[in-house]
Amino acid sequence: MSGELVVDEGFPTEEETQGLLLKVTDLKTSFATPRGRVRAVDGVSLELGRGETLGIVGESGSGKTVLSRSIMGLLPRRTTTQSGSIVFDGTEIVGAEDKTLRTLWGAKIAMVFQDPMTSLNPVVRIERQITESLRLHTSMDKAEAKATAISLLGQVGIPSPTERVRNYPHQLSGGMRQRVTIAIALACSPRLLLADEPTTGLDVTVQAQILDLLSSLQQERHMAVILVTHDLGVVATRTDKIAVMYAGRIVETTTTRRLFADMAMPYTKALLNSTPRISDPSHTRLTAIDGRPPDLINPPPGCAFAPRCESATDQCRTEAPPLRPAPSDPTHLFACWNPLPGGTAGRVTTLEESP
Amino acid sequence: MAKFLFKRALALIAILFVVSIGTFFLIHLLPGDPTVTILGPNDTAHNKAVLLQQLGLNKPIWQQYWIWLGNVLTGNLGQSFITHATVTSTLAHAVPIDIELVIISQVLALGIAIPLAIASARRPNGLLDRVSTTSSFAMLALPPFIIIVFLVLIFSIHFHVFPGPGSYVPFTQNPWSNLHTMILPAIVLAVGSIVIYFRLLRGDLISTLQEEYITMARSKGLSDRYIMWRHALRPSSLSLLAAAGLNIGGLIAGAFVVEYLLAIPGLGYALVNSIQQVDYLTVQGITLFVAVVVVVLNFIIDFLFTILDPRIARE
Repeated sequence: MSGELVVDEGFPTEEETQGLLLKVTDLKTSFATPRGRVRAVDGVSLELGRGETLGIVGESGSGKTVLSRSIMGLLPRRTTTQSGSIVFDGTEIVGAEDKTLRTLWGAKIAMVFQDPMTSLNPVVRIERQITESLRLHTSMDKAEAKATAISLLGQVGIPSPTERVRNYPHQLSGGMRQRVTIAIALACSPRLLLADEPTTGLDVTVQAQILDLLSSLQQERHMAVILVTHDLGVVATRTDKIAVMYAGRIVETTTTRRLFADMAMPYTKALLNSTPRISDPSHTRLTAIDGRPPDLINPPPGCAFAPRCESATDQCRTEAPPLRPAPSDPTHLFACWNPLPGGTAGRVTTLEESP
Repeated sequence: MAKFLFKRALALIAILFVVSIGTFFLIHLLPGDPTVTILGPNDTAHNKAVLLQQLGLNKPIWQQYWIWLGNVLTGNLGQSFITHATVTSTLAHAVPIDIELVIISQVLALGIAIPLAIASARRPNGLLDRVSTTSSFAMLALPPFIIIVFLVLIFSIHFHVFPGPGSYVPFTQNPWSNLHTMILPAIVLAVGSIVIYFRLLRGDLISTLQEEYITMARSKGLSDRYIMWRHALRPSSLSLLAAAGLNIGGLIAGAFVVEYLLAIPGLGYALVNSIQQVDYLTVQGITLFVAVVVVVLNFIIDFLFTILDPRIARE
């Protein structure tokens, strides 16, 4: 992958962005199932600097959730096989003991889960769900932890946090619950926040609020974020760089700016075209991607996207394209034999306008 | 919460009312003539009529019910025509024994089932899980009377660790010997409970541990032990609680096999005796008592549900 660190003009205070926070090298994660081995993540490499935001985009089953959980080391050990390397802030995650991981979990890496209806324990008060990691990772006593919990709830925009902290999750709306999970994730000021489809389970109006909240908290705290989503529109304005995943592999990655200005993979384009835009006239038909993602137990021989690709050739169907840099820009990597003609901007203009 | 409990309490009263009607009419469904039972088959028609008058049995049936209900509510359950003991005193002798049996057996059962279920759920299909699941199946197949025979053979006759049948000593007379005699029957009752509790809690724990909020708890860096006790156990114990409620209700009168075989004068023992002696009033009194206990127990279980899972009291 690119050895270069991609830093947006937004906020590079030199000393803090020095060095990589996360370096993933040739990560492979597979699960044993009765039908065979599912290669959910199949040779992914990526890098993330401190305070940087990476968007991981792909449709369901592309391996993006497994990738984010692999990075955290959260996958069930007995059914999962992993190879490659994940170095987070100097610590190797692949093959690490739970004991080692527990010192990182919650303290240095935290996760916001997809569905706040299922990720909060229904029988535990909000207060304890926030304070338990504070009590574990910091030297705060009970009262300090509670005060911090209340202040965190305030920071994530929950009204009357002093009362809310006594509530159970079912007493809050979906959007409020997701704010609570963000407060939980931020409690110990992690260096890296993994947000796995953090807005998919929420109302459209709430989605933008939650994403904006994440962005502003990230900038305040100078925290790196990996935003996992199926929606290119979500990552367009909120990330420094993007990795597009398909069938367990990264098929295109570059800076967000360049991706939307000059996307090379037909899959990226198809993904973009399948996202509804507020600026579209009403009743505009969405362009769905025909077919289904490939079987990850027996992937097709050539390019995994070839069976669904309009511009696929015989070479695509027999020979898998490697992830290689674009001639015009070595930081732009893509895996395609027949990339889109240069300057293909998709529908960037409308996209930049969308929330 | 308060509203939920108030509604439940209203339902409780309604159910108790129905139970009282049921128990009252039970005795009227039984064959036989009370005057014959009391005076014998050869008395005069006049004497029988006088007795009916004295007992109030010539009044309309609903009036009889109100009189009976009034008596019951003031603690008068009648007097046995057979043993001439008041039903209340029979209950007063038997009930503490059952309470003691239930407490000892349930403490044993929960004390063994909960840690075992937790250890098994930690590694489903691990060695401990397979051994305890298989042996709990075997236990399920063993009826109490077989277990009693084995335990008496081993612990009373062979090793003399626990006293054998017929050695019951009231608690007030000698608490230590009383406990000593109660342990064997409590173990027998606990065996059946352990199997149920273990299997329910193990299954619920395994499915709870798959929940997203458990992954979330792990992602905070919490230890497995903390997650098990603070995050997984409580939402997994609802079926366990429901089963414990039903089971304890059943044990109150259902311990009769154990009580009979070990000659412990508990409620089950008294019930079987009074049935054999055609002592309808005692049967009626015990039935009413057990029914009330089961209904009240369910109310308590409902209340405990709302503590375990606050979502239940919503509405």
